[in-house]
Amino acid sequence: MSAVTQGQPKLYESQKLARWYFIVAIALFGAQLLFGLIAAYQQINPRFLLDVAPFMTNRTLHVNAMVVWLLVGMVGGVYWFLPKETGREVVGITLAKIVWWVLVAGVAVLVGIYLFVQYGPGKMTTLWFIMEGREYLEAPRWVDIAIVVWVAVFLFNVIATVLASRRITGILTVLIFDLVALGALYTAGMHYQLNLTMDQFLWWWVVHLWVEATWEVLVGVLMAWSLMYLLGVSRRLVETWLFIEVALVFGTGILGLGHHYFWIGTPEYWLGLGGFFSSLEPLPLVAMVVHSVYDAGAHRLGTVNKPAMFWLIAQAFGNFIGAGVWGFMQTLPQINMFSHGTQLAAAHGHLAFFGAYVATVLLLVYIAFQNLRVPVQVPLDSRLWKWAAALLILGIVGISAAFTLSGFTQTLIERAVGGSTWAAFIQGYTHPWYANTLGWRYFFGWVMLTGYVLLVIDLASIGKKRTA
Amino acid sequence: MDYTWIEITVAAIFLTAIVTAVLSRGAGWLSWHLWRNAMLVSSVVMTGILLWLSWDTVNRVRPGAGRIPPWTVINHEIGLKWDPERRWQVPVIGEETGFFGKIYTPEEAKALVNKGKITFQSRNCMECHTLLGNGAYYAPDLTRAWLDPWWESRIMPMVGAETREEAMKRWLMNPPQYPQGQRIMPNLGLTDEEATALVAFLKWMSAIDTNGFPPHFGMMTPR
Repeated sequence: MSAVTQGQPKLYESQKLARWYFIVAIALFGAQLLFGLIAAYQQINPRFLLDVAPFMTNRTLHVNAMVVWLLVGMVGGVYWFLPKETGREVVGITLAKIVWWVLVAGVAVLVGIYLFVQYGPGKMTTLWFIMEGREYLEAPRWVDIAIVVWVAVFLFNVIATVLASRRITGILTVLIFDLVALGALYTAGMHYQLNLTMDQFLWWWVVHLWVEATWEVLVGVLMAWSLMYLLGVSRRLVETWLFIEVALVFGTGILGLGHHYFWIGTPEYWLGLGGFFSSLEPLPLVAMVVHSVYDAGAHRLGTVNKPAMFWLIAQAFGNFIGAGVWGFMQTLPQINMFSHGTQLAAAHGHLAFFGAYVATVLLLVYIAFQNLRVPVQVPLDSRLWKWAAALLILGIVGISAAFTLSGFTQTLIERAVGGSTWAAFIQGYTHPWYANTLGWRYFFGWVMLTGYVLLVIDLASIGKKRTA
Repeated sequence: MDYTWIEITVAAIFLTAIVTAVLSRGAGWLSWHLWRNAMLVSSVVMTGILLWLSWDTVNRVRPGAGRIPPWTVINHEIGLKWDPERRWQVPVIGEETGFFGKIYTPEEAKALVNKGKITFQSRNCMECHTLLGNGAYYAPDLTRAWLDPWWESRIMPMVGAETREEAMKRWLMNPPQYPQGQRIMPNLGLTDEEATALVAFLKWMSAIDTNGFPPHFGMMTPR
């Protein structure tokens, strides 16, 4: 294929907004890595920054930066593809821009609160303004409300644009369906519950039904558009695969929620239901692998954007291995009774979020950046993206391997042998098999950070130095 | 609920398959229409079953309804015993001994546990500890914290307390003064009132029926 040399590409306003989504997402990715690295070092040296920013503060920032940047990246992907899919500018784009900058300001304030206030007195006002103190949903209630408003405006943009275009596709139907569920589910986490069992019961409606249901479907939608863009796959084929994936994701993932209800005080039937349905959750992920590999092969990898194509295939395999295999490893109740609440869950979390969501957002970012500046060589390619991808993947695999080893030791020593007490906990993490993994975890954190720096350099140079 | 999990599982799968097949009569097995129908039917069937089961669960996890202890459990001795029928450990509520030398009325007990729950959230405890196994994995699981033998064997003599609740309270108000293991809990500035309430919340949590989790708690630990 030859070089493209037309003038500045014409972008929809929605796509210009998407660019800001991607820039903020990538910046927060950097913040996530940085706080993760500090938390990793605190495991080696527990007194490091103990009085300034203890582990809990760094981990809060680590996981919150992740949730926000991945969601922002995926929403950015929708703003990128929506005008192309509907053939028109997004309706209500001015409102979307205003809400976006309010959201960015809100995130900045929240980071300040997390870093410098950290926690508050045991009063409801703390839960409203400083810290809600539920993992992943640490954000105080005012942030929850801001997120709901943001998702509502986004949903309005999507639905109004589809109505105005008088064109409904299978992909758009799934998207609307999914966004309604995504927004509604978030409100399940916005209630104070005195009863801890009810608290965690509803907490999982957000955490599980986002990450293992509605986010997966959103990824399916974005993958469908990406396959059409990158390879020119036919809509009929892509939509049929999307339907298969959604049928399987919702068919297994909704009742798969039960695997979080084994030990929180909920009835015993969840042991069987959660074990059965969640063990089938890898099925849609296998479908995604088959789908993307088949399409890539059928089109002889003839793509317009090599890094995006790479991340698409990496997403399919990463999602299957991280979410599917590492999840299945500990989802059956007879195993989970011992592994629940150990670092095995962290191993699964790291590998799954990277495979399923980080890869998706990087794929979207490369597609968008290919179209932001000209001239860009087609297919988009460089040496740097390969180094960035290799180091990011090596880093996350190393980190997850270290977590897996410490989780395996904890499961064995603390849980199965030790009986899960405070003393058994100390026996677990001081065991050499566990303690020796901490240095590796930290080292691979630096590998990832190096990959991140190369990624940023590569993205910044697209369309600048690289000409045909 | 009168159905077993196997019956619910089989019903969910058959219902999804049969309704999809009926709606897609004549469509090929790889067709767009069949899989669109499968997507819609599986979403509706599974959501419906989830809502139905959630209704049942919510009614069975009310405090005092069996699985979840009443707030006044803080006045009682709590222990774990082997349940020969379920074949795992379950919490047992023993005689009324008081909490910090006082018998709390149901309203007072609820208010105290509530204060403890809000304190636990406001101090972001879950970002190091796990509760019922959920949270971060940097610090010990607190599901059965009240029952941990470490309080009596190590902490009570260390902080000079006569009772378990007093030992927990003194330790929580200044953890760096009494470091345990290599990882240090920061001083989170708990007030006297907050620390008492937090201990009440932890005690209440220790009496939740968790289907035997964590397994054989405290039965084999070195003291």
